[in-house]
Amino acid sequence: MSEIALTLGPVFFHWPPDRLLDFYRRIADEAPIERVHVGEVVCGKRMPFSDPAWPAIIERLERGGKQVVLSTLAAPATVRERRSVEDLCGEDRLVEINDVSGLPSRSGKPFVTGPFLNVYNEASAKFLIQLGAQTICPPVELSFAAIGVMSLKCPEAEFEIFAFGRLPLALSGRCYHARIHGLHKDSCQFTCEKDPDGLSVDTLDDQQFLAINGVQTLSNQVQAFCPTPAALAAKGIRRLRLSPQTCDMVEVARIYRRLADGKEEPKDARFALSCLDLPGILVDGYAHARPGWQATATA
Amino acid sequence: MELVCPAGTPATLRAAVQAGADAVYCGFRDETNARNFPGLNFSRNELAEGVRFAHDHGSKVLVAINTFARVDDVDTWKKAADMAAESGADAIIAADFAVLDHVARNHKQIRLHLSVQAAAATPEAIGFYAAQFGIRRVVLPRVLSLQEIAALNRAIDVETEAFVFGGLCVMIEGRCYLSSYATGKSPNLNGVCSPPEMVSYDEEPSGTTARLSGFTIDRYERGQPVGYPTLCKGKFKADGKTSHLFEDPVSLNAGGMISGLKAAGVTALKIEGRQRGKGYVSEVVRAFRKAVDAVEKGGDAVDIDRLLAGQSEGARQTAGAYEKKWR
Repeated sequence: MSEIALTLGPVFFHWPPDRLLDFYRRIADEAPIERVHVGEVVCGKRMPFSDPAWPAIIERLERGGKQVVLSTLAAPATVRERRSVEDLCGEDRLVEINDVSGLPSRSGKPFVTGPFLNVYNEASAKFLIQLGAQTICPPVELSFAAIGVMSLKCPEAEFEIFAFGRLPLALSGRCYHARIHGLHKDSCQFTCEKDPDGLSVDTLDDQQFLAINGVQTLSNQVQAFCPTPAALAAKGIRRLRLSPQTCDMVEVARIYRRLADGKEEPKDARFALSCLDLPGILVDGYAHARPGWQATATA
Repeated sequence: MELVCPAGTPATLRAAVQAGADAVYCGFRDETNARNFPGLNFSRNELAEGVRFAHDHGSKVLVAINTFARVDDVDTWKKAADMAAESGADAIIAADFAVLDHVARNHKQIRLHLSVQAAAATPEAIGFYAAQFGIRRVVLPRVLSLQEIAALNRAIDVETEAFVFGGLCVMIEGRCYLSSYATGKSPNLNGVCSPPEMVSYDEEPSGTTARLSGFTIDRYERGQPVGYPTLCKGKFKADGKTSHLFEDPVSLNAGGMISGLKAAGVTALKIEGRQRGKGYVSEVVRAFRKAVDAVEKGGDAVDIDRLLAGQSEGARQTAGAYEKKWR
């Protein structure tokens, strides 16, 4: 196995079960990815749609040799949502914790902390490691240098960087898909399904800026952090996270595999990514301790 | 119910105490607190003096050390907590596991309050913080309805504190990176949101355009009052529509909901606005003092809207998420 592992993060968007099945079938068969996260993390109201699809998807991924991680809701609120987090935390498979709500029922068993959990320094990381955190994917606004310091100071856990996809920037109690369609969250009619990469939000001067996905706000631009394997190794970072968009994610994984194996230069990887059908331009500002929307390297 | 009031400076602390605050909250003059603006906040000596003044007048002082500690520099946050404890403050308001852990282990005599920045909104999350760090109170995110707060209070055994006046965060606090995405500066890391040094107002033939870090956040016709370009209160285009997609430029006023919050089991009411001046704080605190006293005596607080007229941003107000239809 290569030194740098690739993780496919959970799908943030409201994809119908058929789309999820097709997507993960290809990932299972064709994508050079070691670990795949499944589950709904953004909106508990969508769970009745996707829940029936997960057992078959998990089976297929595991038959394809992937390690499956069960991702939990980032902002559980209702009794049903809280119970689903608790149920998932009781499972034997590795679990991604995206809200402190999951920690009591998972403590003592191995888990991944997702980018929605605030782990900003080595002392907080150590606190979570002592509870069972094996992999830590810090919030997207942290720089590569900061994550590198944490990683070197906490060698007992793996650190993972959010390398590809629209950046998850905020969560609300309010559903913006419902709001823009003149509806309330409680009767949202699941209009978020119409935007499988999120709905673009532009400024009054038509600058591309953000995207909405139900209660979630993302970047319009697509994160494409493309480090060399030597740079990752120097900081002890062992995983890159790729976040699903509707573009060819198998191809995204292949590009990152070549990059992580040292078979492709970062500029060539960025060029290859920029040729895909992406919902926004490529950026990597956060990784370089700059505003997230900036592109410090051009394809 | 306890009335918790903002103190951005020693002078505002005294004004809030004199106007009837049961407690004031403040922070040090650095990145360890979520209102890290030039000209605001306290030195070590000012805090000690503020605590003396407040205690002499029967009020408490709560110290916010509620940003997330910087990598390789956690000691700065630990030292801030040490200084707060040594000054005799009544509580530390924190969000970071590292800061909470430090206070719980080393300063057992001081109360720990969980900052809104920790975004704890379920019995499981709050229970976790209580079990791990002995938190005595949780400051609730501004996205919960009254019904949800009531249900939460039935399920937990720590106190809850709810925002009643001032800014309205529409995103779950502590989990919003919109500001750093646009400007590089964030509430969690730098204690600022939509920072003033990144704001520009450009006079154009059609009126004034407000930009944040070059992104157009809103546009005003000539003569129209110009607002501050806070990201989530801006006007945007999506799906062929132009709107205040995330939230209108309104501020929170839950003055009419004090009895509802009391019935929901809330222990403390928080007024936002450490960046506000003495006059503002005095007036708002005085109005809320009257309203809270009226509710405690069994009356209602309807009058508060009249008392507070003209004190909120753009003069437009909302009860926010406390009303379920907000979502």
